[in-house]
Amino acid sequence: MAKLILNRLSKTFDLGGRPAVNDVSLTVREGGFLALLGPSGCGKTTVLRMIAGFEQPTDGSILLGERLLADASDMVPPEHRNMAMVFQSYALWPHMSVAENVGYPLKVRGISGEKRQRKVKGALSAVRLESFADRRPADLSGGQRQRVALARCLVTEPDVVLLDEPLANLDRHLRQEMEETFREFHARSGATMIYVTHDQAEAMALATDVAVMSEGRLLQVATPEEIYARPEGRLVGGLVGQGAILSLPSPEGDRRHLDWPAVQRLLTAEGDAPRADILVRPQDVEIAAEGAAVTVLSVLFEGERYALRLSLPDGQALRAFSRRPVKVGEALSIVIRSAWRL
Amino acid sequence: MAQSGNRGNSQPRWLFPFVVTAIFCLSVLPLGRLAATGIASAMQGGARQLLSDPALWQAVYDTLTTSFFGMIAAVLLGGGFALLLTLFDIRGKAVLGFLFMLPTMIPPQVTALAWIGMTGPSSALLKALGLAPPLGSPQPLYSVGGIALLYGVQNAALVYLSLRAGLLALPRDAVEAARLSGASSWQVLKDVVLPLSLPGLAAGAAIAFVSCVGNFGIPAILGIPASIYTLPTLIYSKFAAFGPGTFADVSLLSGMIAILSVVGLSVEERVLRGRDYRVIGLSGQVAVFRLGGLRYPVEMALWLTIFVILVMPLTALVASSLAPAYGVPLSPATVTIKAYEEILFRQAVTRTAFTNSITLSLATAFGLLVVTVLTGYFLVRGRSRFAPVLSALAEIPYALPGIVLAVAFILLFAAPIPIVGISIYGTIWIILIAYFSSFFAVSLKPVVSAFRQLDPSLEEAARLSGAGFGRRLADILVPLVAPAAGASVILVFLIACNELTVSALLWSAGTQTLGVAIYNLDDSGSFNLAAALSVLVVIMVVVMMLALELMAKRLPKGVVPWRS
Repeated sequence: MAKLILNRLSKTFDLGGRPAVNDVSLTVREGGFLALLGPSGCGKTTVLRMIAGFEQPTDGSILLGERLLADASDMVPPEHRNMAMVFQSYALWPHMSVAENVGYPLKVRGISGEKRQRKVKGALSAVRLESFADRRPADLSGGQRQRVALARCLVTEPDVVLLDEPLANLDRHLRQEMEETFREFHARSGATMIYVTHDQAEAMALATDVAVMSEGRLLQVATPEEIYARPEGRLVGGLVGQGAILSLPSPEGDRRHLDWPAVQRLLTAEGDAPRADILVRPQDVEIAAEGAAVTVLSVLFEGERYALRLSLPDGQALRAFSRRPVKVGEALSIVIRSAWRL
Repeated sequence: MAQSGNRGNSQPRWLFPFVVTAIFCLSVLPLGRLAATGIASAMQGGARQLLSDPALWQAVYDTLTTSFFGMIAAVLLGGGFALLLTLFDIRGKAVLGFLFMLPTMIPPQVTALAWIGMTGPSSALLKALGLAPPLGSPQPLYSVGGIALLYGVQNAALVYLSLRAGLLALPRDAVEAARLSGASSWQVLKDVVLPLSLPGLAAGAAIAFVSCVGNFGIPAILGIPASIYTLPTLIYSKFAAFGPGTFADVSLLSGMIAILSVVGLSVEERVLRGRDYRVIGLSGQVAVFRLGGLRYPVEMALWLTIFVILVMPLTALVASSLAPAYGVPLSPATVTIKAYEEILFRQAVTRTAFTNSITLSLATAFGLLVVTVLTGYFLVRGRSRFAPVLSALAEIPYALPGIVLAVAFILLFAAPIPIVGISIYGTIWIILIAYFSSFFAVSLKPVVSAFRQLDPSLEEAARLSGAGFGRRLADILVPLVAPAAGASVILVFLIACNELTVSALLWSAGTQTLGVAIYNLDDSGSFNLAAALSVLVVIMVVVMMLALELMAKRLPKGVVPWRS
């Protein structure tokens, strides 16, 4: 196994059209779990399909360690890449039993008899489906099908496992269970995993690294903690975690982390100084006796707390939490404990 | 980027050349050869002699009148059935629909024989019932009207299917919205349903017209005895009286048929192009209108029609096959199965015809399947910009009347094949190749629909599992398109086994097909033998249609032609 390197990768589908993937460079460390996060149509699935070998890059290259997998002129076909993939639609073959589905990659590699049976059994027990070996995929539930697809990835010990929105078709309860299974799978196999999703919570919960994409470009790659605390730019700030982005006069110097005195200065500053985007997370907004005046726009009861939308005097919206109920239209005063310049 | 340079494409390098070669040999080459001969002989002035021949213009006139009235009959019959069975609360719709489809699947020469057995002074059935007209009175079907009537019966199902598809595609909410606006059932029918379904009717009429123009079996049996020639039978008689100018003449005649067909088909395409509103709103289920007190009489009328166009002719056919000789009255004392013994065990000609037809049809059905699975895969998955052109080229030979194709293959193979120097003219191979060309589209369609329905990730998962193209084909793709492939085999077999038009021109001693055998038996006056052979053919057709009907649930939509 080795690290997976995407080097200035680009893909244009129709000649002269807008590139679907634009100059993406990325290194996934060996055994890493990378989440590719972005809104639908941002090119993340195209990146995944280029790594798998279903699409050829129009520019740049893909390397696994020293081995060149693809560039604009040549490429290793998917069948020779030793990768595995969990598809959004699971892609189980309806005419084969569960055991045949899982064992197919071994059959193609010429592994037969007792050795194949043992490996298939091992893979099925890893996803707790031993007793389903002789069923048809059609007789399984969505979560079970997903686990069969996972077992099929497990069985050949692939270098890279690709997951294309694998939880998109499952209900909320099953999602949590499957997230657990994925983490377990990652720990057990040690394979490099790349996980495509548009759900930031899923990405944060699973991955060791998160890469955010938008309109074909890679915006930021970092650990979940880093990307949450220090997002780069308005798009990442809006995509990862909850929060409001305020447009305030640009703070002096290159300070990015702002405390309340600094924010307060910006809120009260006058004149037309150049503006900056300031990200404020709701948990950093505190209702306090002395602070900035706001009006409550809406209140949503979430069980453990109330989620508020507040309006600053100049009309910009802000999010906050409150332990006690407040009324729509009520005037409050708030303190912003911490903010981040994007 | 070069087509073959993209190996993200799942196809092997040889697939594109293979598909192009197959389509070139089966479509472009024969039709190109026909066009070249036609144009060359027209340039050399050979056309002037042909065009100044009054017999030609008589044939054109007869082709157009029989086809036009045939189309009218088909529209009345098929349109009526489609409206009544699709929109109203008729009982037994499935059975009525299936029976209504049968006349189309029965070969035209069999239809013609059955109707001859039902009418005229020699009808075994009428004699048995004591209703036969006196001997010497004319057979009423040997006329332009008779040909047109049988065209109508034969092609009514084409109009039925086209109109029915249009009616089923009607957005249901359009009907419901009209109802909520306060329109009565009759007003909804008149103001919403009929205007919206008009394109389907017009398209059906156009296809029926094209089918009439290219029909050979009916005018061959009904027209030639009365010296009424249509363009296809004129080509046949030109070949029968072979002369130095024959090739030039028939290529021009085929060109005329091809032009008439292309005009008809472009009418179809044009009226169907405006049909894209079907995607708006829910469709697929038309509100059923209630007939109320009229239901019983309407159902009676439908069953009576089935009785007249299907049951009576087939009964007459069976009666003729059981009569000891043509014209002998049928009674319990004279019933004999001698005709069946004769064709099955004694006559070498009919036994050869059985062997030939079944071998040719099996070879065509399975041989084509290999080509069409690869072609279908290429057209659906290939991401080639040539795919639309290639699939259009694959459609053309089936859309053109069989007689045009037969002429094209005669021109192509009349001389020995260059380089290898072998002549296949007059052998069974020329029929086989013509069948491959003619039924390519029939075989391709179910396979393409099956590939369209297949989730591409099923194949991608196999690729990542390490399976190469051949492996994926054998383990994943073929098993998954198997039901459609089965339907494709049955359909091609069914059509090839019954066809007469192509083999009528291509057969020679020892290579006659079932269609040719029936025609020749009737031509030589052995009407009861022709009838017996026809009965066997009809039984075969019904059995295979039932097999497809039983498979229909497991097949993609649109594969079984008579189900919509």
